[in-house]
Amino acid sequence: MALFGLFSGKKKTSAAAAKERLQILISHERQNRNGPDFLPDLQRDILAVVKKYVAVRDDHVSIRLDRAGDASVLELNVTLPEN
Amino acid sequence: MATIVTVTSGKGGVGKTTSSAAIAAGLAQAGHRTVVIDFDVGLRNLDLIMGVERRVVFDFVSVIAGEATLNQALIQDKRLENLSILAASQTKDKDALTEEGVGQVLDQLAEMGFEYIVCDSPAGIERGATMALHFADHAVIVTNPEVSSVRDSDRILGILQSKSKRAKEGGKVHEHLLITRYDPARVENGEMLSKEDVCDILAVKLIGVIPESKSVLKASNTGVPVILDDDADAGLAYSDAVARFLGEDRPMRFVTPKKQGLFSRILGGGD
Ligand SMILES: Nc1ncnc2c1ncn2[C@@H]1O[C@H](COP(=O)(O)OP(=O)(O)O)[C@@H](O)[C@H]1O
Ligand SMILES: [Mg+2]
Repeated sequence: MALFGLFSGKKKTSAAAAKERLQILISHERQNRNGPDFLPDLQRDILAVVKKYVAVRDDHVSIRLDRAGDASVLELNVTLPEN
Repeated sequence: MATIVTVTSGKGGVGKTTSSAAIAAGLAQAGHRTVVIDFDVGLRNLDLIMGVERRVVFDFVSVIAGEATLNQALIQDKRLENLSILAASQTKDKDALTEEGVGQVLDQLAEMGFEYIVCDSPAGIERGATMALHFADHAVIVTNPEVSSVRDSDRILGILQSKSKRAKEGGKVHEHLLITRYDPARVENGEMLSKEDVCDILAVKLIGVIPESKSVLKASNTGVPVILDDDADAGLAYSDAVARFLGEDRPMRFVTPKKQGLFSRILGGGD
């Protein structure tokens, strides 16, 4: 197996996978925590309103605040069910 | 003015207590009057790692509660005259650590002439941990090269940057990354995050890399901080980290796999 390992250098290692997953997750988590304190509450309220009309899963509504120059952009994503 | 150094991580079992004992002993060895405090109220263990478990009469919480004076509760290390230990309570619950009470004890330690106050944080983000973070001047973030540990470390960084006393006063806690339980052979095989990977992700300055080492268990078995074992790779790596903390420039050691013969490598002896 060790010999095989010597020649399979191009295959993605598990450490590389760990790094990639962590970078995505942590950048997401940092964005949330740098946002204003009301963001989680706003997300909860919006979810409640959407749910009055469409049956969506909790994790299908995401909200984020991005800064673009001197303006802030509130981005709301709602994934609607197929039917 | 005392400098408060908090050893923290979020995740449990990554090496905070081992590191707190080593760093405190290292600072004392370097000639600085140092006290190390166990913030893990209810689950004290620093006393065991320091080898003073039979000398604990009063503790951190009994001082805050006014049941003992600080002088009664401080345990003088028998090996290093510059080093004292303040144990955590075994019985009281962690709400006993009030911000006012902890602040008073830290002030009093500073008045007594301690230069460094090393705080061994419990795992999690509850009271004991947030108290230890709150007063930090420096934070040593102990991280294992493993996904959940790295993620938890990042959460702790978030708390330091928003909720610590320094952050609230518009300043910044000095952050240092200490990677522990590092296995260079597994890193080389792509089975473990490398020190560069962890630094990239967390974006904190690396103060040391402590190898996975049998010497750590031996040290805890006997109640001697591993930094006092001159034959131990982990002990030497901790000495380097403390020297860097004190401003010295030292190359990283024990970060490449131990040399092996070609024969054992072919047979897959890399583990
Ligand atoms: N560098 C290391 N090599 C091997 N074992 C280690 C190392 N660092 C810590 N350990 C072991 O890991 C366990 C947890 O360490 P500890 O310092 O108590 O962690 P924490 O305080 O973060 O919960 C202990 O059994 C300890 O001996
Ligand atoms: Mg501990």
